[in-house]
Amino acid sequence: MEGVVIPLNHVLIVAALLFVTGLAGLMFRRNVIFILMALEVMLNSAGLAFVAAGTAWAEADGQVIFMLILAVAAAEVSVGLGLVLQIQRRFKTLDMDQARRLHG
Amino acid sequence: MELVLFYISSAVALFATVFALTRSNAAHALIYLIVSLLAVAVIFFLLGAPFAAALEIVIYAGAIMVLFVFVIMMLNLGEEGEERERQRMHPAVWIGPALLSAILLVEMIIVLSKMSDQQTGALITAKQVGISLFGPYVLAVEIASMLLLAGLVGAYHVGRRFRLSEPDDQSAVVSGDDKQGGD
Repeated sequence: MEGVVIPLNHVLIVAALLFVTGLAGLMFRRNVIFILMALEVMLNSAGLAFVAAGTAWAEADGQVIFMLILAVAAAEVSVGLGLVLQIQRRFKTLDMDQARRLHG
Repeated sequence: MELVLFYISSAVALFATVFALTRSNAAHALIYLIVSLLAVAVIFFLLGAPFAAALEIVIYAGAIMVLFVFVIMMLNLGEEGEERERQRMHPAVWIGPALLSAILLVEMIIVLSKMSDQQTGALITAKQVGISLFGPYVLAVEIASMLLLAGLVGAYHVGRRFRLSEPDDQSAVVSGDDKQGGD
C-alpha cells in the first residue's frame, strides 16, 4: 500500500498537540510514574514528526531517527523505573515534592 | 477516504493522551497510553512507514508499557494513593502549566500553518530503512547499542536492593524495613 497523501502541516500539528499535552502533563503531575509517561508521550510525538518528515521527502532517514528515539526511550524508561522503585523504597511515596533530594 | 482515517486516528491519539495524563489511577492511565500509542502506529502506517508502525507496537506498546505494568504491580499503590492523586488535581495546580503549554502550541501552529504545502505519501519500506541504517548511520547504531547497554547496567544498579556498608545508613535502612514490616 502506498502512503496516504496528507498535508505535512497537519501531521506536524498533530505531533505538536501531542508534544504540548506531554509537556503540560510533565509540568503539573507530581507522581513519578506519570512524569515518566509524559516523557514517553513527548518522545513519541518527536518520533511522529520525524517519520512524517521522512515520508514527505521520500527519505528513510526519518525512520532511522525514529529507531534511535526508540532506543533512547527504552534506556530512559528502564533507568527511570529503577529510580521509581528506589524512591518508593526510601521515601514510601512517589511524590516528587517529597523526594527532592537524591541520597547516594 | 484514508485522509479521514488519519484525522480519526489523530483524534483518538490526542484524547487518549489527555485521558492518560489526567487519570488518578496509574493502571487506567497506562491503558489509555497504550491506546494512544496504537493510534500513533496507525498514523505511521497511513503515512507510508509500515516498519515504524510495527516498531511502535512491538517496542513501545509491547516492551516499554510492559515495564510500566510490572513497576505499577510491584509498587502496589492502593486506594489511598489514588485518593491523594485525585485531591492533587484541582484547577489551581494544572491551570498554569496548561496556559503556558497552550501559548507554545498557538505559536507552533502559527509557524506550521505558514509552511509550504509539502505532502506526505512516499512509501518507505523496511529494506530502505535497513540499507540506510547499516550504511551511513552505522555509527549511530553502534552508539545506540552502547546507550542500551548503559541503560541495562544502570537499571540493574539503580533497581537492586542496596545493602549499604556505611554504618549510619545501615541503621536507617534497618529501621525503615522494620517500620515496613510493622505496617
